[in-house]
Amino acid sequence: MAKLESNLKNMVLSLVFISMGMSAALGYVYLLTKEPIEKANKEKEVSAVKMVLPAFDNDPVTEMKRIATIENNGKDSLTFYPAFKNGQFVGCAVKSFTEKAFSGKFTLMVGFLPDGTINKSVVLDQKETPGLGTKMKEPKFYSQFENKKFEGELKVKKDGGDIDAISAATITSRAYCDGINRAYKLFMKEFAGKANAAADSATAVQTVATNK
Amino acid sequence: MDFINVIILALFVNNVVLAQFLGICPFLGVSSKVETSLGMGAAVIFVMALANFVTYMVYFFILKPLHIEFMQTISFILVIAFLVQVVEIILKKAAPSLYQALGIYLPLITTNCAVLGIAILAVQDNRNMVMSVVYASAIAVGFTLALVLMAGIREQLENTGYPKGMKGFPISLITAGLLSLAFMGFAGLVK
Amino acid sequence: MSNFKHLINGLWKENPTLVLVLGTCPTLAVTTAAMNGLGMGAATTFVLVFSNLFIALLKNLIPDKVRIAAFVVIIASFVTIVDLVMKAFTPSLYAALGVFIPLIVVNCIILGRAEAFAQKNNAIPAILDGIGMGIGFTLALTIMGAVREILGNGSIFDIKLVSESTKTILIFILPPGAFFTYGYFIAIKNKLSENK
Repeated sequence: MAKLESNLKNMVLSLVFISMGMSAALGYVYLLTKEPIEKANKEKEVSAVKMVLPAFDNDPVTEMKRIATIENNGKDSLTFYPAFKNGQFVGCAVKSFTEKAFSGKFTLMVGFLPDGTINKSVVLDQKETPGLGTKMKEPKFYSQFENKKFEGELKVKKDGGDIDAISAATITSRAYCDGINRAYKLFMKEFAGKANAAADSATAVQTVATNK
Repeated sequence: MDFINVIILALFVNNVVLAQFLGICPFLGVSSKVETSLGMGAAVIFVMALANFVTYMVYFFILKPLHIEFMQTISFILVIAFLVQVVEIILKKAAPSLYQALGIYLPLITTNCAVLGIAILAVQDNRNMVMSVVYASAIAVGFTLALVLMAGIREQLENTGYPKGMKGFPISLITAGLLSLAFMGFAGLVK
Repeated sequence: MSNFKHLINGLWKENPTLVLVLGTCPTLAVTTAAMNGLGMGAATTFVLVFSNLFIALLKNLIPDKVRIAAFVVIIASFVTIVDLVMKAFTPSLYAALGVFIPLIVVNCIILGRAEAFAQKNNAIPAILDGIGMGIGFTLALTIMGAVREILGNGSIFDIKLVSESTKTILIFILPPGAFFTYGYFIAIKNKLSENK
């Protein structure tokens, strides 16, 4: 039951054998989990889009389009999921983000009606402090962004706006507004003018949507 | 201007030990004397800057192009283990007294979760290579700062009294908690 | 030690969190909620049991000089497996635990047990030691998470215990609270052991 001697040949052989064996096992698990991981991510996207939009009968996720943001020289982009019902444009979900959160970045999904009113919003991936920043997932906070019509930018009360920040989590609350404002600006720029033209709206937005 | 922001962020606002909870084991283990803390800190700064540089390149030039990002944990820890070995050999030849002083703590840098943790977080953030290394080096300085502060307090604690039941880890942890509380004052200093 | 003793050793007498004081980083970082503590404990236990097993099985094929490197490769592989499986099947827990999942690889408990136990014992004792240490770790983490969650958020496992307007002791969810809770936890354990 003696251990292998520590000469160079044994050391190299042993490490190579173990590394290759473990990497093979790992590669196998990777292949096994690849699809479930993609499925889990897709499901999250689909359910978020459904949640923030009014009723629709198309498939916003397949018709999604990425549009470069105004700031940062277009290095970032937001994803737009246009929704139609009976050929009419009924709204658009936007996957937005903010980098001003307490722990850096989080993503959110905002649903806009054609005239820019926020229908609903929901937070996607976040790593804020549990019990503090994570309170943005509670109705008390996010219901303030439901059926919300506004001009310009949404701000917390502390900054002169009308949004009630989460107590002791002003940074997170501000970041949420930042994410929504970013989506709003780009939505208004790309869709507002086109969306208001009732007859042409369906074709106009669909051309935008299928353009690469 | 960006450099200053990044450095303040790394040293105070996001202090690796007191805010991010990385590197606690050496933090509690080495911080009984100021001298050893400085030595450990210096070694960590060197390893962290170098490790960040190499792992950044491994991720963006090897793992990502080949779509084997899932090998990140294994490749990073092997890089770090290798670098620590190299540092050990260099120190033994170039600065034998420091090598002796650090003793077992040198190989323990491999398991310092701060080194691996920051390497992983670095590829998630939006920084370029240079900023990444600057940030990592500043983080390591912040580690040293926390260590030295802790050592200073603990050296003092030896002279004062505290409840017997708190001897050892409990009193160190409470002290760390108070330090962490103080550092919370830096929150929001830079975005 | 009999096999049964291997199993319960890690629960109290040599509890990795409260006695050996290993694996402190995740202990402080993920115990902001009971669920997170439980999830982290479960993931770590998985890695611990399998790495202990593999190291015990392969111990005669690993020359002494490269043992740390070999251990690390084995541990890191299992950590990545846990990472992938959690990403696929428990995405919200995965997001909550964040960077601390890959950090299981440098959790001193795993390397510590590999060095101190697995490489000197056979497969069955190694598995039992892994289970015992893992459960001890999980219990400590879950209790700490529960305490911090109750005091700091008025809930446990996301079930609200107090009304909306009750003020909670926020500090317990924040970094200083982690240190304080852990410190007192060890102090209490020490006191209890003294009196036994």
